[in-house]
Amino acid sequence: MAKERSIPAPLTNPETEPFWAAAREGRFLIRACTDCGKAHWYPRAICPHCFSDKTEWKEGSGRGTIYSVSVMKRAPEVYAVAYVTLEEGPTMMTNIVDCDFDTVAIGQKVTVTWRPTKDDGPPYPQFKPA
Amino acid sequence: MSIKGKAYIAGAFEHPTRLAKDKSVAQLHAESALGALRDAGLTRSDVDGYFCAGDAPGLGPLAMADYMNLTLRHLDSTDVGGCSYLAHVAHAAEAIAAGKCSVALITLAGRPRSEGHSGAVPRVRGADAPDTQWEFPTGIATVNAYAMCAARHMYEFGTTSEQLAWIKVAASHHAQHNPHAMLRDVVTVEQVVESPLIATPLHRMDCCVVSDGGGALIVTSPEIARSLKRPLVKVIGAGESMKGQMGGAVDLTYSAAVRSGPAAFAEAGVKPYDIKYASIYDSFTITVLMQLEDLGFCEKGQGGKFVSDGNLISGVGKLPFNTDGGGLCNNHPANRGGITKVIEAVRQLRGEAHPAVQVKNCDVALAHGTGGLLGSRHGGATLIMERE
Repeated sequence: MAKERSIPAPLTNPETEPFWAAAREGRFLIRACTDCGKAHWYPRAICPHCFSDKTEWKEGSGRGTIYSVSVMKRAPEVYAVAYVTLEEGPTMMTNIVDCDFDTVAIGQKVTVTWRPTKDDGPPYPQFKPA
Repeated sequence: MSIKGKAYIAGAFEHPTRLAKDKSVAQLHAESALGALRDAGLTRSDVDGYFCAGDAPGLGPLAMADYMNLTLRHLDSTDVGGCSYLAHVAHAAEAIAAGKCSVALITLAGRPRSEGHSGAVPRVRGADAPDTQWEFPTGIATVNAYAMCAARHMYEFGTTSEQLAWIKVAASHHAQHNPHAMLRDVVTVEQVVESPLIATPLHRMDCCVVSDGGGALIVTSPEIARSLKRPLVKVIGAGESMKGQMGGAVDLTYSAAVRSGPAAFAEAGVKPYDIKYASIYDSFTITVLMQLEDLGFCEKGQGGKFVSDGNLISGVGKLPFNTDGGGLCNNHPANRGGITKVIEAVRQLRGEAHPAVQVKNCDVALAHGTGGLLGSRHGGATLIMERE
């Protein structure tokens, strides 16, 4: 396995702290609206779909499908950025790891995995082939 | 209120430098301003409106306006990345139509080449931006954000690397005639697809240059424009918009041009087939392809076919584009190409483009830009201009 890129710590804030606290427990939360019923990404207090302020944290399945992916070749450690469409609906920007960078492709089923971040930051959610 | 016919682009100047190790950013802004004023036949004291964006050093327009010692009654520092300067022309036209100013100066400049910038290196675009904590850790840079759009376009529509390469090939055919262009060698489709992969599926030659430089524009009222000795380039339509991730309903197959384009065409009262020359923002080849589709030059998904076989080459194809060589070959000052898009369109409308690439009877031209990251959130601005 090639050396992996070290991941910068997410700069959390009060609006998003519960997500990162759960991340430290290995739980993947998503944010959903109790008015329109839709989940969204990235998590926020006001629903981006219907602009309601009645949003809540929910346990996410951590399962999804690659919507798009690009393998960065011009970097000290090759890595893949991707958009993954979660089972719950929204599509999130993330990384695909533990995969073959030559064959990773749109449409692949993936599942969440956590990587430590620099400076004792909270773990960051990435995805690996399911 | 429509801006159609309410303002003219009287001055345009592209700074000739591509490597400015011996100059400051403020100096490049001011030298560009001086060039545009000379081009228009105006002086600094005629300027009463100033427009700049995030490449200008200091707080909004204040530092640069003070550096140039401008006396102003209208200021605007709208920043939507590389397409800001297209929006500035529209905003200047609005301000002129409303009587808020009569001679608007727009400047852009930067030294990313001297400062060692690379579009392959992730950078924080506002630590306090709400998306940063979610996206910066992924290593999202510039090139891989656009590459994800290319990957999805290929998946949905069967677009190929060879089709994207035709965009670079066309730009290189134009750049050979531009003595200021960074890359003047004509390249082939094979050379583009055999250049090293940077972020799949984009190759090195799918990417624009990193250059120092600058540019400036003078937008003025019909009365002042007619008093000058320059050919008359009238602003007849404009549109602006943005597109993001829509709360997670991500769709990478289209750009903000789906909104800015129709708005500009409607205001101008023209159709895509009326456009004789188009400046299309070319940070990457995929940027051009998606914008051409979204502006209505071809059907969605047909961009690959449209750009192939030299269709964007002046004198060869149906839609001559970026006859200065564009960002792909000529210049991408401050990593923001919007102002050079307007400048080359003005040259074409005046008949002042290089004779080898000058479009015959170029009476209506379009310039369009994308700012920010096409693959996450971006601005889009369209401008339509007419020779009078």
